[in-house]
Amino acid sequence: MSEASIGAKAARGRRLHPLPIRIMHWINAVTMLIMISSGWGIYDDEVIFGFLFFPPSLTIGAWAAPHLQWHFAGMWILVLNGLAYLAYGFATGRFREKLLPIRLKDMIHDVREALSLHLAHEDLTVYNAVQKTLYIIVILAGILQVVSGLAIWKPVQFSGLTALFGDFQGARLAHFIGMSVIFGFLLLHVALALLVPRTLWAMLSGGPLVAPKRPTQGAPR
Amino acid sequence: MTSLFRPTRVPDPDILHEHRTLIRRIERRGLLRGAFSLGALAMLTGCDLENSAAVNDVLGRFSELNDRVEALIFDPNKLAPTYPESMVLKPPRFNAFYEIQDLKPVDGASWKLELAGLIGDKRPWTKEQIATLPEKEIIIRHICVEGWDYIGQWSGVPMRTFLERIGADLTAKYIGFRCADDYTVSIDMATALHPQTLLATKYAREQMADPFGYPLRLRTATKLGFKNPKWITAIEVTNSYPPDYWADLGFNWHSGI
Repeated sequence: MSEASIGAKAARGRRLHPLPIRIMHWINAVTMLIMISSGWGIYDDEVIFGFLFFPPSLTIGAWAAPHLQWHFAGMWILVLNGLAYLAYGFATGRFREKLLPIRLKDMIHDVREALSLHLAHEDLTVYNAVQKTLYIIVILAGILQVVSGLAIWKPVQFSGLTALFGDFQGARLAHFIGMSVIFGFLLLHVALALLVPRTLWAMLSGGPLVAPKRPTQGAPR
Repeated sequence: MTSLFRPTRVPDPDILHEHRTLIRRIERRGLLRGAFSLGALAMLTGCDLENSAAVNDVLGRFSELNDRVEALIFDPNKLAPTYPESMVLKPPRFNAFYEIQDLKPVDGASWKLELAGLIGDKRPWTKEQIATLPEKEIIIRHICVEGWDYIGQWSGVPMRTFLERIGADLTAKYIGFRCADDYTVSIDMATALHPQTLLATKYAREQMADPFGYPLRLRTATKLGFKNPKWITAIEVTNSYPPDYWADLGFNWHSGI
């Protein structure tokens, strides 16, 4: 296929965020809020850090039983949606295209720009090194949550998983840290989306048409 | 099954007692409902997620789905990790649906274990008779649904041995437990037959103390703490779902770990 015909195809409708990505993104957004707010309720029943309690107004479910019900219902949606997202990201080459490569040089440059609030974002279709890194970190944190969650849910049947985290309390701590990473990401992600509302609109409408791929990046598998 | 703490054969009080349980249950439900509405108000979502019968129905269905998945995940031959004696917590941690000061110790001398349901020999057992049964010791982790845990050292007759001895139908679906404090638990037969499921009488090689279930409690390594009834007074083998105090209030029934 020639460059021109790829371009023609793109012009017909290849957008920054294809429809499956948008659907999975918003399912994930709602499910993450359910998992985090029900998880805070579960945490409050036996806190890990004596100074940290989550206010009941921020938890979904009025007491322990519904907290757990929400969490153990939400997990199915989170895992199925997450698996679909990973499969899509790898199969279409989206991960490789959007998240790689991350070069140290770009990273240093972009962190400097970001800290001085000068990071360029005119072109939504290209992620900067900071963005790429954060997206990879949050995907890994999501995977950590599933693995540590399984270790907490089934410490006998999946005792090998639990042992990965030391013991049951180690798995709880890892699950808490994973939540903290995702929650921190969420705050930053929402704040930046609100600062550059075009990004928010793009996740609803699909966003700008993407440029034809450069030959060096290869075609999607 | 009436509690040991209640007169069994007094004419009118029996009815009154029945009502009292009902009233208590109704009060409890009212309280929960109140809590639900408060939570919903606090959420200020406007869509009243927490009070919606439809939402509760969906959550209940997910919990039933989880029961089935958990039964599939349960491997009857998979043993829970065990630990050295040096890690045993003495005394263990108390837990019940009330505080320790409200505990009513069971009189071991007059205590009997009643049997019901699909069982060949339903004669009740005394403490002394149970002591003659073969004993097994396990040092396992107790994990509470709240998130805390400790390592305990329990001994008693394996549940499987006991069920075989009384001629129980081992193909039945459920084992139901009733306790001196009116607590109830039901578990699946597969868990009852697991080698690390005991009817425990001892903790750290000594007679189990009152707060931890004297004279008889269940200790299964493959379920959360609340599925381990203490002060057991009756065991029923059955195919129809027996009551379960916490599961009936919304906790996951299987609660296998």
